[in-house]
Amino acid sequence: MIARRVVPMAIAIVAGLVMAVSYFVRSIEWMGEAAADVFNVIAAIAFVLGAGSLLKANLSAISRRDRGWGYAAVTLAAFLITLVVGMAKIGVNPSPDAPQAAWSGSQQTAGTPFGWIYEFILSPLTATMFALLAFYVASAAFRAFRAKNTAAVLLLVTAFVVLLGRTYAGVVLTDWMPAWASGLRLENLSSYVMAVFGTAGNRAIMIGIALGVAATGLRILLGLDRSWLGGGGSA
Amino acid sequence: MTRQRLTWLVLVVLFAGLLAWRGFTGHGLGRVYVERGEVSLARERAPADAPAASVPRWRSVPVEQAEVRWTTWSKVPPKAHFEAEARDPGQDRVVLSWPRTIGLWVAAFLTLAIFSFLYADNPAYRFTEAVVVGVSAAYWMVVGFWDVVVPKLLATLMPETVQAMVQPTLKIPQFSPWWPETWDTASDAFDPWLQQWGAMALALLLGLMLMWRLLPRGGWIAGWPLAFIVGVTAGRRMVTQVESDLMEQAASTMQSVVPTAQGLSAWDWAWAALPGVLVLVGVVCCLCYFLFSVQHRGVVGGAARVGVWYLMITFGAAFGFTVMGRIALLADRVEFLFDDWLWIIDPNHLRG
Repeated sequence: MIARRVVPMAIAIVAGLVMAVSYFVRSIEWMGEAAADVFNVIAAIAFVLGAGSLLKANLSAISRRDRGWGYAAVTLAAFLITLVVGMAKIGVNPSPDAPQAAWSGSQQTAGTPFGWIYEFILSPLTATMFALLAFYVASAAFRAFRAKNTAAVLLLVTAFVVLLGRTYAGVVLTDWMPAWASGLRLENLSSYVMAVFGTAGNRAIMIGIALGVAATGLRILLGLDRSWLGGGGSA
Repeated sequence: MTRQRLTWLVLVVLFAGLLAWRGFTGHGLGRVYVERGEVSLARERAPADAPAASVPRWRSVPVEQAEVRWTTWSKVPPKAHFEAEARDPGQDRVVLSWPRTIGLWVAAFLTLAIFSFLYADNPAYRFTEAVVVGVSAAYWMVVGFWDVVVPKLLATLMPETVQAMVQPTLKIPQFSPWWPETWDTASDAFDPWLQQWGAMALALLLGLMLMWRLLPRGGWIAGWPLAFIVGVTAGRRMVTQVESDLMEQAASTMQSVVPTAQGLSAWDWAWAALPGVLVLVGVVCCLCYFLFSVQHRGVVGGAARVGVWYLMITFGAAFGFTVMGRIALLADRVEFLFDDWLWIIDPNHLRG
């Protein structure tokens, strides 16, 4: 009980208070910076945890000969090749500032094997995955958006204005408008909507999120919110 | 043969035909050229008064004087190769890069494999998906190791090794955690070193505890570093978000109501103030809508209704903006296929 709930809660409270108080008290500012450094290192080490889980899941899928286990093998092969190439900095020249140190060069330099993987596999494929969403977002919007009430009409009209205003079609469509009505040209209207109404909505959302984060943070630091420990439990 | 298989067959045959046609017309298709360069370095002569253990500085020198040298290959547009060949046939300075050309073709085929999902799920898509998962997991692990673990954790706990292998300019501290007799507590450098060393030792300990989750027993030990992460995130976000997302946003909202430009007529002043007023009204009305501890009736109800309209406009704009972003990415991928790979279009005049 103590090791599983009390100690973690005490660690969270102390770490959180150090971070919050070091922001205001200059003499312990270094504590906040040190805690942030520790946080960054743990976050980097957590990638190893992720990799371990990936290995575990895929190896068990292969050993059980699950449906599609061949793809698990592909995932493992891609993972291990990238890992070895990147960790060992294979094919990376040292930095011209420090040629005596074998690993001083950046593994992400273009032309290196790791750079090759980034340039020809990771970068194009992630971009293509996101590009694919254009079709699904448009298709989902076509099926879901219905101008049933004022709010829905506003959403639809704004989406069209912004979409058209950011293409050449929008410029061509409203190019005929006289100079005194130039604010109604789609490209200008789109910018105005984003700068005024979009800013107002986004600011309100950000203020709401900030208040929510502050309240949740305070509840964690005061030990009132213990849901993150698992098994429920909020005072 | 099912209709789906027939469709795939037709698509593949059409594409193979297009490739064959492009391969035998004009400049052909899909090649990457590189230009050779040389890096040749020699140590700078150290000044007479420099300490014996100081790190040597390196400078570029002609090849024949080099102590260290290697060849670099930088990507150039195909036009550079065509011009170099026209000047000096058979030259070996600007040449075809097989690894990068193979990479280009791999990227093109994997891109098409992902787009093939638009028609139906298929083995090519699933293969590519598996590759992306494996590569991206390892990629971020490698980046985390070389960009965070080495310069922060290892440079603090194993400075000699990091200095010899990775970062020769790293200063080796005069203190050793294992030899208290080296601890010169009067030194200005002692406290920062001790703080940094303590922090990184703690990071290593918590990192190892986090790994415990992978073991079959004692998973609760990983809860301690997790608690540290939760606490640091809560403490840091609580302060920074209140400052940047609450106070600064509220201040900007109020400040923008009064135009700063001087010498405006009353009409121009009102016109300049209008966007700021609309933003202020919008923020207040949206916040009224977010206020759930008061019933949305009367003035609050009216303001909340206006807030909903503002939010709908915001969501519509965000939707349009997102779709445009995705379409820009799509255009970029299509340009990659038709320009870089198939050499059908040449918007940047890279081939002549």
